[in-house]
Amino acid sequence: MTTSTSISRFRGGSPPGLLKRLVWSGVGLSSLLLLWWLGSLALSPIALPSPLETLAALVRILLDGVALSYLLETAFRVLCGFLAALAIGSLLGLGAGFSVPLRLAVGPLLSMMLAVPPIAWVVLSLLWFGLGGQAVIFTIAVALVPIVFLAVVQGVRTLDPALVEMAESFRLTLLGFLREVMLPHLLSYLVPALVTAFGIAWKVAVMAELLGAHSGIGSGLATARSNLDTAESFAWILLAVGSFLAVQYGVIQPLYRKLEPWREPVARTGPQVTS
Amino acid sequence: MTLSSKPTPTPTPTPARFAGPLPEALATLRAVSVALGGRRILKDVDLAVEPARLVAVIGPSGCGKTTLLRLLAGLIEPSSGRVRSCGERTAFVFQDHRLLPWRTALGNVAFGAVSTAPDRRERTAQAARLLTECGFPAGSNGLYPAQLSGGMRARVALARALAAEPQLLLLDEPFNGLDLQMRRSLQDRLRALVERRGLGAVLVTHDLLEAARIADQVVAITSDGRLACRETFDLSPADRDGDAVQAAARRLLLKSETLGSDTLGLDQA
Repeated sequence: MTTSTSISRFRGGSPPGLLKRLVWSGVGLSSLLLLWWLGSLALSPIALPSPLETLAALVRILLDGVALSYLLETAFRVLCGFLAALAIGSLLGLGAGFSVPLRLAVGPLLSMMLAVPPIAWVVLSLLWFGLGGQAVIFTIAVALVPIVFLAVVQGVRTLDPALVEMAESFRLTLLGFLREVMLPHLLSYLVPALVTAFGIAWKVAVMAELLGAHSGIGSGLATARSNLDTAESFAWILLAVGSFLAVQYGVIQPLYRKLEPWREPVARTGPQVTS
Repeated sequence: MTLSSKPTPTPTPTPARFAGPLPEALATLRAVSVALGGRRILKDVDLAVEPARLVAVIGPSGCGKTTLLRLLAGLIEPSSGRVRSCGERTAFVFQDHRLLPWRTALGNVAFGAVSTAPDRRERTAQAARLLTECGFPAGSNGLYPAQLSGGMRARVALARALAAEPQLLLLDEPFNGLDLQMRRSLQDRLRALVERRGLGAVLVTHDLLEAARIADQVVAITSDGRLACRETFDLSPADRDGDAVQAAARRLLLKSETLGSDTLGLDQA
């Protein structure tokens, strides 16, 4: 047996077909449902409501309209915090990427911010902004700025000098260089970071709303919990997870593929063409 | 002319392959020296590149061959001496091709014309024509560099340089690492482009046979950065058969050996 045969599986083969994917994802999901259902039989409804009770609670909050309005509220806050972090993080990152003194000055601060637990930001933002949407948006933004910043700095610093020289040899203007070389390169760092950042934003939003807002998915969850309505709590969690997955797979991933088709598996493992 | 102290053969007169007055040089270096980071890389180099002529530059690794190209491209300034080059009309084909990973083959070629042709559609149409001219299979225009073989990447890099509509083409070992057949095919294509478009070309290579096959003139740089010998061929590349190429390559090798076998550090043919 040679080493190459035992590790060859890591090269990755052809991606599984649709049917295979559906079957195996179905197996995983139904196992979870089964475990959930068995658990609900063993435990009291206060501790673990059954999947059916949860579904009923979900339908109830959807029908009385509160779920949709809270969902939109949360989504709006995520978007605001996300955009603010994108703008601030990109500006700081670009500055620090090009200027060494700025990088040395700002870098440690942002690394420190990255180490602050989001819950600490929630507490601080409640003290500064009081209950409400502003505190939630602030918490999201402040949690995401370091992520965006580090990605942009990394992008600027890793631009291959050979590509810069190539662009120079084709006599690109500064604007042309930024548009044709720098921006696409930066996106290859920024886009994956934004995908991660979006997941964090969604979780931080629910957490901040739970503690400090009168609306949004988090506040729905807080109300259900204080009413000891476990089924409705589960319904809110289900709503948070479901809407996150819908945005992740319905918007973010397709956008990612559109922005970076050259990173698609086909570009890496697809048939190489020779001539 | 302040040529180096090394023996320089009397250049054979160029046969009258092109009618009319002798074409003016597209680029000239006069007594050029380059020092980078305190190290002298090129010393007292004289060189002229004429239209429709291919100059091959040979020499050991690190002797300043690439520096010579960067000088001609205007990417660096000489420490002393004069460089005259057709500035805007120069294009570079890099050793590692340096294609943009996020652009398709077609997009990479169109990139070459970004500063000369403002119209995007025009650029794309021209890029498709150039890819065909460089022998790139038409069905693969939409592939990304990661999906291309070495030979195809070399063709894309060549087409991208042509997209800039250069008069002077600078090539830094562009066919390195390709198999013999592919090298031959690309060499012939390059030679045809030089003649058809009247380009002046400077080709840095390690391969004596490549130099002997397609160059009009071969110059050798020694490991201390001097231009050591200059060989001009009597026959046009089209008229050179296998024997003539072998003989020329042997002659180059012999010259390199008379200079001291390690001075040029060439690949033996």
